Amino acid sequence: MDRLKSVFDEFVSRHGIGVALFISLTVLVWVLVLIALPQVAMLDYSFRHNLSPQDIGGPQDVYTLSNYGFFLFRDGSGTNTLDMGVLGKTILASVLVTIIDVIVCYPIAFILAHSATGVAARLMILGLIVPFWVNEILRAFAFRVIFGATGLINGVGMSLGFWDVPIDFIRANVALYSGLTYTYILLMVFPIYNAVEALDRNQIEAAQDMGASWWRVHWRIVLPVAKPGIASGATMVFMLTAGALAAPQILGGPSNLWFTQLVYQWFSDAGNWQRGSAYAAILLVTCLGFVLLMMKVFKVNIGAIGR
Amino acid sequence: MTKDVALDHVTIRFGSHTAVDNALLTIQGGEFFSFLGPSGCGKTTLLRCISGFIEPTEGRVLIGGNDMRRVGPNKRPTALIFQNLALFPLMSVAENIAFPLEVRGVGRKERRRRADELLDLIALPGVGDKKVYELSGGQRQRVAIARALAVEPDILLLDEPLSALDLKLRHHMRTELRSIQKRVGLTFIYITHDQGEALTMSDRVAVMSAGVVQQIDVPEVIYDRPRTAFVASFVGETNAISGKVASQSGGDVVVDTPIGMLPGRASGGRSYAPGDIVTLFIRPEQLAVGEAANAPSISCTVVKEEFEGSVRNLFLEDKGIPLRLSRVNSGSEGAPLVPGQVVKASYNPEKAWALPATPEA
Ligand SMILES: Nc1ncnc2c1ncn2[C@@H]1O[C@H](COP(=O)(O)OP(=O)(O)O)[C@@H](O)[C@H]1O
Ligand SMILES: [Mg+2]
Repeated sequence: MDRLKSVFDEFVSRHGIGVALFISLTVLVWVLVLIALPQVAMLDYSFRHNLSPQDIGGPQDVYTLSNYGFFLFRDGSGTNTLDMGVLGKTILASVLVTIIDVIVCYPIAFILAHSATGVAARLMILGLIVPFWVNEILRAFAFRVIFGATGLINGVGMSLGFWDVPIDFIRANVALYSGLTYTYILLMVFPIYNAVEALDRNQIEAAQDMGASWWRVHWRIVLPVAKPGIASGATMVFMLTAGALAAPQILGGPSNLWFTQLVYQWFSDAGNWQRGSAYAAILLVTCLGFVLLMMKVFKVNIGAIGR
Repeated sequence: MTKDVALDHVTIRFGSHTAVDNALLTIQGGEFFSFLGPSGCGKTTLLRCISGFIEPTEGRVLIGGNDMRRVGPNKRPTALIFQNLALFPLMSVAENIAFPLEVRGVGRKERRRRADELLDLIALPGVGDKKVYELSGGQRQRVAIARALAVEPDILLLDEPLSALDLKLRHHMRTELRSIQKRVGLTFIYITHDQGEALTMSDRVAVMSAGVVQQIDVPEVIYDRPRTAFVASFVGETNAISGKVASQSGGDVVVDTPIGMLPGRASGGRSYAPGDIVTLFIRPEQLAVGEAANAPSISCTVVKEEFEGSVRNLFLEDKGIPLRLSRVNSGSEGAPLVPGQVVKASYNPEKAWALPATPEA
């Protein structure tokens, strides 16, 4: 609280009381109405029964854990392995997408920060930003077209004679992973670029001068510097991938459900917002817990992510 | 153990800009050799060329007689200490120093032992576990040297390593560097724009200007017998008086200047024709107040006198040409001189150099 007050006082002395009040009010509204309230409302929902409108506020309208219970035990008829499996698979798949993104984006960020100049650098940045201009649904369908049975990749592959029967990239989830990886590239490149850019080129040259091979230069000099950036990018990509809906909906194989699709089904198909809220909360908490665990494992502190 | 470094007509160009122009010199094994020149004259470029980060556009770099063309920095028997040191901030001091050993696959225990040994050598025992940012500027400096020594190079290359330090420390580190060099017995190639550093530490100095090596000599000769106008004016303070050669006999020259016929020496066995345009260089400490037997003198007006601790600087002027005279502040100079007073300033013509006014090609 004292910290907040001193920040406010400094702001007043720098910009005047009017601006300070306006900014504080906007921030307050933003934090409360747009961030805190919806989450709290959703959390509140998740602990209630799915009642018909006339029963709301009535004697049956009490808090319950049944929505969370359903995720674990269905209706008491044994463990809900199906939904838990979907959650586990979603997390695993998101981890995979995140790892692919790190592998793809680390070199891009490094080259962008230390080798590319002028036109080449600007073209690279443009190439990274353009994916964000394209609508998410459009992008997903574009990938469907490319990876489809009669799509570009199968066409080229078969006409060059690499394989003779169309490969079902959709069923194998290749299309889904490619789509998700591609979508969040910028979110991974940018923080890594930010971290790596600060690295003094002389350090790389000094290491080379002392005989270090290029992989050692990266392992010992560049990667440690890039680590907070990787952590920050990985957190964003992981969270957004785990929370993606359109891409899994459109590109996912028939047997592969994303956990967000379950949430969507509860809200929309089943009309059970309470259970949907509980499922959304489960996804959120699981993802947060997973991220925190990974940060512990890789010895990254939260402060580094905010940078 | 020690190896010669030879630059065989080395030219380095960046596009149309020539950063190093036809450098031809040999640095002896075990020598403390400095390149001295103003910022931007191509010193760093030359050093990076010796260490293997840039290939010469023309000419060859030879180390121990071997042509270094296409031999990478990691394969050369050199270690470069960067201008900003380039210590690794995320590693401890010991890890920094042991990095070259880590590269060679030396085990953890042995690495630590060597690092501690090197820390002793640079007189910083016990700081191995500190982080780099916990050290002072001078300590970092020495850690950078220790890390370079861990490479076990034959030649240590230092790029203005003292420029970030404050004056006192800089003076202290001069002695320190020189004594480390004596102890390890390696060839040191040292780059600086600070003539004090170059003159105090080096066995030999190469003075550079705009990519051209102007003169290579021991420090005394660089200072006392400059061979080009650039060396005369860049190294130390000097008075420059332009004029025309009146006559020359052997090494003795008489220069016709606006303030009279002044005798001096032709540097480097040059012979001038009467009428050649030259500049006569006389150091402030070579000028003395009053007339002396067999010494030429200039009569001039006192502008002001400045006190600078160990010396007094006397600013004189004659026909619009400023002259500076410095005398040791020993207390026996007599009455202070007042502005406007006319005095005679005499000098030793053996220490006055007539050099071609324009830099020679
Ligand atoms: N990589 C480069 N590309 C283009 N010009 C360069 C490069 N490196 C140095 N130069 C130019 O070469 C000249 C000498 O630079 P440098 O060797 O760094 O000088 P010093 O170390 O003596 O201050 C400068 O004019 C500099 O701009
Ligand atoms: Mg330099």
